[in-house]
Amino acid sequence: MTDEVQISINGQTVQVAPDTTILQAAESVGIEIPTICYHEACTANGLCRICVVEVEGSRTLVPACIGKVTAGMKVQTDSARIATSRRTILELLHSSVNLSEAAEIQGYSAVYEANPLRFPESRPRDIPIIDDNPMYVRDYSKCILCWRCVQVCADDAQYTFALNFSGRGYETQIATFFEKPMQATTCVFCGQCVGVCPTGALKPKREYLMEQGLNPDEIQELTRTERRRKHRNT
Amino acid sequence: MIQPERVVTTTCPYCGVGCKLELHVRDDLIYRVTSPFDAEVNHGNLCVKGRFGYDFIYNKHRITTPLVRKTPQGPGQRTQAFDLSEWEPVSWDTALDVIADRMVEIYRRDGSHAMAVYGCAKATNEDNYLLQKMLRAIFRSNNVDHCTRLCHAGSVVALQMAVGSSAMSNTAAEVIYNDVFILTGSNVTENHPIISLQMKAAVEKYGAKLIVADPRRIEMVDFATLWLAQKPGTDVPLFSAMAHVILQEKLYNATFIRERTENFEEFAASMEKFTPEYAESISGVPRESIVQAARMYATAQNAAIYWALGIPEHSHGTDNAFALIHLALLTGQIGRKGTGLNPLRGQNNVQGTSDAGVMPWHYPGYQRVDQEESAEKFEKAWNIEPGGLNRKLGLTTTEILGAVGKGGVRSLYIMGENPMMSEPNLNHTRHQMEQLEFVVAQDLFINESGAFADVFLPAASWAEKEGTFTNTDRRVQRVRVAIPPRGQTKPDWQIICDVAKRLETRLGRPTSAGWEYAHPSDILAEIGRVVPEYAGVTYPRIENEGLQVPVWDEQHPGSPFLFAERFPRGRGKFHPMEYIPSVEMPNDEYPLILTTGRVLEHWHGGTLTRHSQLDELYPEARIDIHPADAARLDIAKDQAVRVTSRRGTIVLRAQVSYKTTMGVVFVPFHFAEAAANLLTIDALDPLAKIPEYKICAVRVMPAREEELANPGLIQERGRY
Repeated sequence: MTDEVQISINGQTVQVAPDTTILQAAESVGIEIPTICYHEACTANGLCRICVVEVEGSRTLVPACIGKVTAGMKVQTDSARIATSRRTILELLHSSVNLSEAAEIQGYSAVYEANPLRFPESRPRDIPIIDDNPMYVRDYSKCILCWRCVQVCADDAQYTFALNFSGRGYETQIATFFEKPMQATTCVFCGQCVGVCPTGALKPKREYLMEQGLNPDEIQELTRTERRRKHRNT
Repeated sequence: MIQPERVVTTTCPYCGVGCKLELHVRDDLIYRVTSPFDAEVNHGNLCVKGRFGYDFIYNKHRITTPLVRKTPQGPGQRTQAFDLSEWEPVSWDTALDVIADRMVEIYRRDGSHAMAVYGCAKATNEDNYLLQKMLRAIFRSNNVDHCTRLCHAGSVVALQMAVGSSAMSNTAAEVIYNDVFILTGSNVTENHPIISLQMKAAVEKYGAKLIVADPRRIEMVDFATLWLAQKPGTDVPLFSAMAHVILQEKLYNATFIRERTENFEEFAASMEKFTPEYAESISGVPRESIVQAARMYATAQNAAIYWALGIPEHSHGTDNAFALIHLALLTGQIGRKGTGLNPLRGQNNVQGTSDAGVMPWHYPGYQRVDQEESAEKFEKAWNIEPGGLNRKLGLTTTEILGAVGKGGVRSLYIMGENPMMSEPNLNHTRHQMEQLEFVVAQDLFINESGAFADVFLPAASWAEKEGTFTNTDRRVQRVRVAIPPRGQTKPDWQIICDVAKRLETRLGRPTSAGWEYAHPSDILAEIGRVVPEYAGVTYPRIENEGLQVPVWDEQHPGSPFLFAERFPRGRGKFHPMEYIPSVEMPNDEYPLILTTGRVLEHWHGGTLTRHSQLDELYPEARIDIHPADAARLDIAKDQAVRVTSRRGTIVLRAQVSYKTTMGVVFVPFHFAEAAANLLTIDALDPLAKIPEYKICAVRVMPAREEELANPGLIQERGRY
């Protein structure tokens, strides 16, 4: 096409449509850029900054997930400066979030040699598991605030708008409006949020109970229907 | 953190959207369901049923061994047995022998008209094809039907008569190419949730304008440019008045009418009386809104109509569907991407079950049983002597139960249906079920119908068998084994083959119709040989993505939308219209209109979802009643109420809500303890034989909490 834009990534020439992001341009030629908050089904917001790249002439690093290509742009996806930045981001995540089920982030931590104890004075967020509905549990001590759940609940997919943020700064947390239990919100329990959660913060209740060692019959015993049935029979 | 041993890609067993699922399995336990984000139909999105509603598989009340009733049952003394103590667990051989002996005995004594089967729109194409083959080839009967009769029969008949094909003309996901779309009789956010996401995006991101025509203030009204809140049962005047405006203002597509349709003059003459003023006086929709809707639809570049059961489930359901079809024929809003006539099919495989011939008037592929050449074709395919197959139209679902008795239907084989929840006027249905001489139920649980059976055959669930489903936009997709069948359960297709072989042996048939299949793919290959539309659908071709039928041969790419060049019947046919009021209108004694339907968290008769954790979210029946009606009747929020029609009475909890309009109450039909169909009327559409589920007259009175099946149980939900 005539209106394509030519850029270079790591010295390689790439032709893409003008509205393409640096991330998409790199993907189109098989160059991998790490991402955490980015998800193909969600609006990209450049939150986590793990995808930063160097763009010639730009004073700061540019997040590849939202940075659009411009004609003649020269991009470097790996450099000492980028590695330092990515390592620091990972170390900050380790300092405040339980990443035990975030396989992808653990993988990046190995690649960028992140030290999980880099910030020993920081306190990991210790938030009790919210188990307020029959379909999924929410363990926000594992939440990295990628926003994916909020976005699929809103106009990235469901248009239900049950999720929101509460608190500020370090205390920021995904929540329902007025911290209502999930069933009292507009939630339709589609689980779109569970489907995009990258860290195990959102998990099907059934999977959670099986992790606790319960078998299907024991899980069923926990349901109201079964308790009621038992009550009737005795 | 659980690591999966395997992740199995399959198709959702609930609604007609046909979402792709990935079942994460460890130790034969499914513990998580996801969907790939590049899935063609659902782009990684699921609803509560698809993502969390699979746990019925592991429910401890599931039946996993064949059962035979301890007390002999017979006509007039047939009872329901829900408790396992009333059943004897037996081997497969014993159960199948009992079935073969009894069915052959009845067939030999009373002949083919005594035999009937109900197919299952939840089961696969292969299961259903074999079931109708068993009845037709062995018992020479056409008394085979399934729940399509109770859902879209009116749409099917009207579409067949008008254009010659009854499926959705376009792909659901094309809604983003609509400039204007009409949604009517379809509470899509609850019943086809993933299509509703695409509709919301069409409005919010792609600039489409939505017209909702529905007596209920459904969630999609929030996204609509125009809401036409017609009184229930007034669809013909409403949509015909739109046609009247299109004719008056010359907004029709003269070229399309001339080249692609017939019977226009006669139709146009019949539209003269349907003035917007007249329609307003009947439907309650302001005339200005009717005019505006007509102009929006007719002048749009691309406009489409989507409808569900609010249109066909009437004693004039066929007419309702005609009224919609006429709008498309008048304006030529059909045969292109982003247009069309789109009946949203309910069940995951109602399209495929119909395609597979589980229909009393049609062999697989809609080939009429009363046409000599199609009968001969199937005689050849099934090794049957010339003239052997029955040329008489069989009985429909409702007619089968209506015909029970001496000289009528004696034996009923129910594969996965639950007529004791889904038929109208259940007290009558119960009486008819009691008169049957022999009943087989093949299901996962002993439901209200299976409880009447002599023999219960435990079937494998969708996650335990191979096969294909055909979704609402005619996409044939794979169903795969994720876990081995629980206990002694078996896939339906295997059970049917086992029964059929025994029947043939006992009847001493010289030739076999063919019951040896190594795998369901062999069955689909047989379907492809007898159904031209499926000729090109093979398992290897649908390994990753489904194919949309018609697929005429192995090279054909499938058909995302239909009717580009011509209609299957040639020209689209207009039918002159008259307004016929619904059978039972409100009066002083029964002053409210009852309409029935579904809620997001449950499925139909509840056999699956009420054995799932979904029941925790929505544990009891509720009746939607408008605040003004509630105030007048002295009914408070969450109060117990008694609802009575001329046929029955139920007690359930009131949901005082603006979701319904004044004078109209809504009850979902999932709950056996307050079964909506005890109230509904068994009036039928004369052409389609579909019952009038959407309108009957009731009265509502306060009741006491103790009268509820589950007193004291109130599940707060923010969304209702």
